[in-house]
Amino acid sequence: MRPAADPDAIRTTTDPPPAGTAPGPAPRKRRGALRYFRRRLGFYLFTAWAAVSLNFVLPRFMPGNPADTLLRDLQDQTGQAPTPEQVHTAQTFFGDPTKDLLGQYLDYWKNLAHFDFGVSVTNYPTPVSQLVGQALPWTVLLVGTTTVLAWVLGTALGAYMGWKPGSRFDAIFAPTTTFLHAVPPFWLSLVALWGFSYKLGWFPVGGGYDPKVPFSLNNVWFVLSVLKYGALPACTLVFVGFNGWLFSMRNVMVTTVSEDYVLLARAKGLAAWRVLFKYAARNALLPNITGLAMAIGGILGGTLMTEMVFSYPGLGLLLMKATTGHDFPVMQAVFLMITLAVLVANLIADSVYVLLDPRTRDEG
Amino acid sequence: MLNGILRKWNVRIGLGIFALALLVAFLGPWVAQSLIGWSGHQVDYHAIGRPPGHGHLLGTNTAGNDVLAQTVLGARGSVFVGLVSAVLATVLAAAVGVPSGFVGGRYDRVMTAFTNVFLTLPSFALTLIVAGYVQGAPWLMIALIIAVFEWPGGARYLRSQTLSLRGRDFTVAMRMVGETRLRLVFFEVMPHLTGIISAMFLRAMVAGIFAEAGLAFLGIGSTDTISWGTMIADAHSQSAILNGQWWWFVPPGLCIAVLGMATALVNFGIDEITNPRLSAAGRRLVKKFHAARAAGRRAAGPAAAETAGRST
Repeated sequence: MRPAADPDAIRTTTDPPPAGTAPGPAPRKRRGALRYFRRRLGFYLFTAWAAVSLNFVLPRFMPGNPADTLLRDLQDQTGQAPTPEQVHTAQTFFGDPTKDLLGQYLDYWKNLAHFDFGVSVTNYPTPVSQLVGQALPWTVLLVGTTTVLAWVLGTALGAYMGWKPGSRFDAIFAPTTTFLHAVPPFWLSLVALWGFSYKLGWFPVGGGYDPKVPFSLNNVWFVLSVLKYGALPACTLVFVGFNGWLFSMRNVMVTTVSEDYVLLARAKGLAAWRVLFKYAARNALLPNITGLAMAIGGILGGTLMTEMVFSYPGLGLLLMKATTGHDFPVMQAVFLMITLAVLVANLIADSVYVLLDPRTRDEG
Repeated sequence: MLNGILRKWNVRIGLGIFALALLVAFLGPWVAQSLIGWSGHQVDYHAIGRPPGHGHLLGTNTAGNDVLAQTVLGARGSVFVGLVSAVLATVLAAAVGVPSGFVGGRYDRVMTAFTNVFLTLPSFALTLIVAGYVQGAPWLMIALIIAVFEWPGGARYLRSQTLSLRGRDFTVAMRMVGETRLRLVFFEVMPHLTGIISAMFLRAMVAGIFAEAGLAFLGIGSTDTISWGTMIADAHSQSAILNGQWWWFVPPGLCIAVLGMATALVNFGIDEITNPRLSAAGRRLVKKFHAARAAGRRAAGPAAAETAGRST
């Protein structure tokens, strides 16, 4: 029975029933995908422009004068009057009373184009771009690995749960994940830090690497210490993150499983795992992929908070130090970084979506 | 539809938790003073950083404040911020989303683009940067800032719902009759959105509480009130972890988590109504039906029972 069904199965898996629409001529399809992509790109560029402009507008309309605060803080920090150069950068970013708004706006863009975000107040005279550059790899590493892990784990478990709704696995996991999904990530990080690092002593209490090991990527011990120090923050983030994916996947799966084409695949006598992954899960996956794009901002937020708890040397810690020290230049740079990262992630998710769902290629 | 939702056990539990939180938020200081015996600000000089027990049910923090009393007081700080931000965010979402879906055309296109821009910008970062500029703002201000960046998701959803309601027969009929647009929106479309809006409201409230806790943790929340967020932040900044004072930061976090779970419960109930295939009760019924049929077939003959078993 099974060999006879196999060639048929291959055809169906490459062209799943709900996703496969009437195949039009190939060139038209490609043009549709390109147009979709171009439209999204335009939208994200516009959003990026809005974010950058917001960053320009906000300090100028806030009560109090950030430019003055900044210069005063600088003076406190260094013990001498700010140099004309500092005054200039401060006013470029936070408002120059002598210049008109348009001129300020152009100056602001010019500085951004040179990656010049001014100098940090708390770490005077380090340029902000250098601080951000040091912190960024840590955050990218942490967010990247944990998001992928959490997504894969959550989606796989969710697919399994939705495959047999009401099973014992489902009944036990559903309420637990509901609760875990509702927990603030930074609080869970605190509890994890207290439990695993303080009580049990399994993990270091904070930091991103062993300070006794020379800082070099070629050093095996350094890489190992990075893994050791990153393990607990990463585990916490995966633990917080996978619940959301699990739920959305489960709920889509529950409805997909009762579709006719899944029933047909089962009736053909295909192996259960094959029906699960190649028929049901494949189609149930789409919302989880668009969900990834929508969620990346929240994930970043949660990661930054977790970094603060674990004193992990990424953007989160930088941000915490900046907010407590009123370091506006650093805050602005981190804000721009987060926003741009979210936009890029969205764009990537959109392109992946075009590849996965032929329907988007046809429309437009 | 609303009646069906209220009959679900998970919705009831969820709403019960919300009601309790509101009650504690309103009666907080009174509860702390008369039931616990300590107001959150009172200092017990004989018990500094004491673990639970000995007259302090949840222990004390390093300043000698009763943690239970602080948690009760903190409910007000957290829930009020959540409540106000949720009201504002929901009103904004409805004000942007419903007309956009109802009017359509160029207005809709502009508003949708506007909503999408705000939806794509990470609200966490936006809230943070604005709150960072106005550090030490009163709680009302914090609630306002949170609300301003929380509405886009709801607006988009309400827009799509309104769009579908606009085309339904009853709305079209009323338009034929010559009802004014305002009346159509408020008396024909809005009543169908109440379920969605109330669910959205609960979600926004918990999101507001989360955001407040996050801001407080960063040290840019309101400085004038105690909230669950400020408790966790204080515990963190005064190294409660290194001192092993888990009783200081565990209760407020649990409170937030329980409220978060309450929204999830309500949402599940609503999901089960709008998407009956997710319903556990429905599945049980189906199972029972299949079992009964199988039993009936078994009585008729063993071969028939076997085929019935395989098909389920």
